[in-house]
Amino acid sequence: MPKIQANKANNSKIMVPLFAVALGFALGSIVVLITGKNPLMMFNAIIQGSTGINLARGGFNPRHIGELVIQSMPILLTGLSVGFAFRTGLFNIGAEGQLMAGSLAATAIALTVKAPVFIHVPMVLLAGMAAGAAWGAIPGFLKAKFNVHEVVVTIMLNYIALHFNNWSILKVFGSVDRVKTAEFPVTALLKDPWLAAITNGSRLNWGFLPVILAILAYWFILEKTTFGFGLRAVGFNKDAAKYAGMKVERNMVLSMVIAGAFAGLAGAIITTGTFSFGRALTAAEGYGFDGIAVALVGMNKAPGILLAGLLFGMLKSAGPLMQSAGIPREIGGIIQASIVMLVAMKLGLERILLLLRGNIQGLSFLSSDSEEAGV
Amino acid sequence: MSLKLVLEMFPIALMFAAPIIMAALGGLFSERSGVVNIALEGIMMVGAFAGASVTVVLEPVTSMAPWLGLLVGILAGMVFSLFHSFASINLKADQVISGTALNILAGGLTVYLCQIMFRQQRTRAFSSGLRKVTVPMLNKIPVLGPMFFEEIYPTFYLAIILVVLTWYIVKKTAFGLRLRSCGEHPQAAASMGIDVYLMRYAGVTISGALAGLAGATMVLTQDIQYTVSSIHGTGFIALASLVFGKWNPWGVLGAGFFFGFAQILSYYAKDIHFLAAMPQEIFYMLPYALTIIALVVFAGKTVGPKAAGEIYDKGKR
Repeated sequence: MPKIQANKANNSKIMVPLFAVALGFALGSIVVLITGKNPLMMFNAIIQGSTGINLARGGFNPRHIGELVIQSMPILLTGLSVGFAFRTGLFNIGAEGQLMAGSLAATAIALTVKAPVFIHVPMVLLAGMAAGAAWGAIPGFLKAKFNVHEVVVTIMLNYIALHFNNWSILKVFGSVDRVKTAEFPVTALLKDPWLAAITNGSRLNWGFLPVILAILAYWFILEKTTFGFGLRAVGFNKDAAKYAGMKVERNMVLSMVIAGAFAGLAGAIITTGTFSFGRALTAAEGYGFDGIAVALVGMNKAPGILLAGLLFGMLKSAGPLMQSAGIPREIGGIIQASIVMLVAMKLGLERILLLLRGNIQGLSFLSSDSEEAGV
Repeated sequence: MSLKLVLEMFPIALMFAAPIIMAALGGLFSERSGVVNIALEGIMMVGAFAGASVTVVLEPVTSMAPWLGLLVGILAGMVFSLFHSFASINLKADQVISGTALNILAGGLTVYLCQIMFRQQRTRAFSSGLRKVTVPMLNKIPVLGPMFFEEIYPTFYLAIILVVLTWYIVKKTAFGLRLRSCGEHPQAAASMGIDVYLMRYAGVTISGALAGLAGATMVLTQDIQYTVSSIHGTGFIALASLVFGKWNPWGVLGAGFFFGFAQILSYYAKDIHFLAAMPQEIFYMLPYALTIIALVVFAGKTVGPKAAGEIYDKGKR
C-alpha cells in the first residue's frame, strides 16, 4: 500500500516542526521559570499580542492584530527568500543584505521620482525587488561560475550591504540627523490612515497585499511550473539534474535572483510601510536570521512558511507586552533559537518521536557506536 | 603618512586585531576537524557577556577581576559550543543551521540574563577592564619599541602565543594530524582507528574556548560593558580572516592584522592624505569584500579542509 506509506511519511515530516515548536516553548517556559518569572504571563502576552485579547485582565485591542501583521510581513518574505534557495539546494544567509539592498532602492525611488500613488508605489516595490534580486545574483553567480560556497559569500555581502546602505543614506541622500533621510512624499507610502484607524492606531499598511501575492507566487513557481520543477530537481540531486540535461548553473543563479527579490520586497515594504524614510543602521536587524527560522519550521513550503511567519511574528509582537509584564522580551529570541536548533536536530527528534510511539530502538544515536546510515 | 601617525595607529590596530586572531584560530580548530563554525559571533557574545559580568561582580573584591573574566569567558564559550557539537556531531544536524541557531540564541540569552542580573539591557559598566602594559627594555628599540611594546594590551601577546601554539599543535603533533585527517577524510581517519566523534568534539570545544576568550578580550579592551552590539560582526570578520588566511595559523595572523588595520583606518583616514577623500564606510566594507575576492581567487584550489561542513556518515566510503 504505497499510498498510505507515503501519507505516514508525510505525517512524521509535519510532526518534526510541530514537536520542535512545542518543545521550544517548553524550553522557553523553563528558562522563564528558572529566572523567577511566571511563564503563564508569557503565554498571556503571546495571546494578547496575536489576538488582541487580554485573558488576564480582560479587554480587546485590535492594535495588536495590526502589529502582528506588521511584524510577520518582513520575516514571511525573508522566509520565502531562504526557503526558495533551500529548495534549489542553496543556503541563503544573505536575505538580510538583500533586504537592505531592497530598502535602499525603495528609498532612492521614493525620494527622487515624482508620480501619482498608483504608479509610485508599484515602482518603489519593483525597485526593491530588483535591487534584492541583483544582490542575490552575486552569490548565485559566484557559486555557478567558480563553485564558491554561497554561505560565506552571503554573510560577507550582508555586511557590505549594511555599510553601503549607511554610506548612501548619509552621503548620497543626505540625512537630517545622521540617522534617517527626509520624509518620503505621500505618493510613495504604503501607509493608510484608514488601516491605522480600524486597528486602533497600529502601523498596519497595504504591504500585506504584495506579501500575499509573494506567497502565491512562491507556491505557483515551485509547485506548478516546469521551471520550478527544474529548480527543485537541482535541489534534490545536482548531478542527476545535470545528467537529465537541465541547466544546473543557470538554475542556481535564477534561484538566488528570485530569493533576493523576495527579500528585496521585504525591504521596500519596511521602508515605505512601517517607516516613511530611509534609515542608516548601526547593525543588521535580524530579518535574515528570522527568515532562516521561518523557512526551516515551514519546511520550505508556502503554507508552512505562512504559518511559521505568523508564529514568529507573534513572538515579536508579544515582545513589548512581555517586557511590561516583567519578562525580558529576549525570551522570544531564546524560544526561536531553540526551535531552529530542534528542527536542525531532525534526526534526533525523529528518534524521540519513534520512542514516544513505543518503538524502542533505544537512544542509540547518543553513542558514537550507532550504525545508522545518516539522513 | 608620517611615521608618527603609524606609530600612533599601531597599538590601536593591535587591540582590534587580537580578538579577531583569537576567534579565527578557534574557527581553524573547528573547521580542521571538519565542523564548520559560523557560530563564532554568537560564542564571542557569550564569552563577552560572561567576561564583563564576572569583571563587574568581582571588581570590588579583587584586582584580578578582568583576568578571571577572561577565564570565565573561555569556560562559557566552551560550554556554549557544546550545543553545536552535540547537534552537528551526534545528531547530524546541518552545521550551518546549528551555527545560525547559536547566533540567534546568543543575542537573546545574553540580553535576557542582563535583564535578570542587572535589570537593564546591558551589563553594568566595569570601572576598569584589562590594563595596558609596557615591556621594559624592548620598548627602547627604535620604531619597533613604540609599535609593539609600549602601552599594549597583554591580550595581544596572548594572541601571538596562541598563533604559535596552534601552528605547533595542528602541524607538529599527532593530535593535530588526527584532527586534520577528520576534516579531510573522516572515513579514512576512522579506518585508522581514530575516533572521529571525539576529534570533532575536541575541535569544536577548542574553538568555543578561543572564541569565548576572544569575546571577553574584546569587551575588556574595547568597551566598558557588554551590550548586544559589543561584538558587532567581529565573529564574522574572524571567519573572513580564516578564509583569507587560507585556514593556516600564520595566514590567520596576517589576515587578523590586516583586518584590524582596516577597522581603524576609518578613524585615521582623515589624517592620511591619499585616503582622506574616501568615505569611511569603504574601510568597514574592506574585509568582507576582500574575502569574497579571495574566495574567487582560491576557487578550484585545495585550500580549506575538504570535509568541513560534511556530516560524518560512517557508512560512506
